[in-house]
Amino acid sequence: MRDTRILMGMPITVEIVDAAKAERLIEAVYAYFAAVDARFSTFKPDSEISAINQGRVAPADLSAEMREVLAIAARTKRETRGYFEIQRPDGSLDPSGIVKGWAIRNAADLLRREGVANFFVDAGGDIQSSGVNAEGKPWKIGIRSPFNDQEIIKIVHPGGHGIATSGTYVRNQHIYNPHAPDREIDDIVSLTVIGSDVLEADRFATAAFAMGRAGIHFLEAQPDLEGYLVDARGVATQTTGFKAFISP
Amino acid sequence: MQSFQHYAATALLAASALSGVTPAQAAPAVPADQTAPAPASGAPIDISSKSGPYRDGSFTGPVYDAYYGLVQVKANVQGGRIVSIDVLQYPSDRRTSRAINSQALPMLEDEVISAQSGSVDIVSGATLTSTAYVRSLSKALAQARSQGRSQAQTGS
Repeated sequence: MRDTRILMGMPITVEIVDAAKAERLIEAVYAYFAAVDARFSTFKPDSEISAINQGRVAPADLSAEMREVLAIAARTKRETRGYFEIQRPDGSLDPSGIVKGWAIRNAADLLRREGVANFFVDAGGDIQSSGVNAEGKPWKIGIRSPFNDQEIIKIVHPGGHGIATSGTYVRNQHIYNPHAPDREIDDIVSLTVIGSDVLEADRFATAAFAMGRAGIHFLEAQPDLEGYLVDARGVATQTTGFKAFISP
Repeated sequence: MQSFQHYAATALLAASALSGVTPAQAAPAVPADQTAPAPASGAPIDISSKSGPYRDGSFTGPVYDAYYGLVQVKANVQGGRIVSIDVLQYPSDRRTSRAINSQALPMLEDEVISAQSGSVDIVSGATLTSTAYVRSLSKALAQARSQGRSQAQTGS
């Protein structure tokens, strides 16, 4: 059973394979995302994060969920030498760069606790899959072309790993620097990260993308992360271990 | 934004080794653990201005902080051309399961992307939300335009 709804400003798709209570569990997953949105949305004036940003809540009164997310954000900032930052120039906090992966991971944990082994949860292109699809085969995930949203440029089998993509949408592939037309373009447009779970993939996809081309070397140096980086010329660079996930 | 931190490629490290111009014969490389890391910030390294005939010899670059550890290379020049690059220092806390040649920075594999055929269960990509955003915005603007017209008509 598969369902897609728009929540947190993005399409969220949940598929549960052959579970008797699939319908109820899918409702529970969407209810969970709605609760996360209510707490963490910076667009909702009555959310906890808005209350924090307006100085309406004392640090001692933060919810356990907020503490956990802020702690993960602080840890990610350290691990990426400041390339992950939830504090905006105006001083306000926007943890949305981490909330998505965190919420998908928690939704997946919810399903596992209910005994579901074969499923995926996809929120805006960041995905936690588990087990096999309805045909009993490993989940196949396509990486979308940053140049054409109808096109897949890679097919991977992440297994129980999480996958997340950060990037920008490119309308015109032929980008060059008019001040240095001969210089190699080093703009990167898409970075897909596979991690031990979707939270790991998401937080490092966000941070490594901000590093620019060096992001792929950062990922290469991390034992549990693999990456596939696409630059503005349509050239992809992959970490050494990424190949293990590519569909044969 | 620290310009060097956008590059961790061998070419740049080689260029920085050359721009450091420390002939190994004249000034042997300081043992790495006694060398303070060069600040990652500073002026961008302009490779082009350093190109051209190099002096023959071995040139050791400064130690650079490349996020995940310190990196230092030595460029060997013969007949004005770089013939080899030795990696003097590279983070040792890398994954041990990967066969990393201690004499070479890992050269990551490049490929030109191409459309893949075949069905997939799910798609990972950052474009969906931004594409959806653009589509939604254009619809909203189209609505705004038609509303504007209808209001204008109503008003006329």
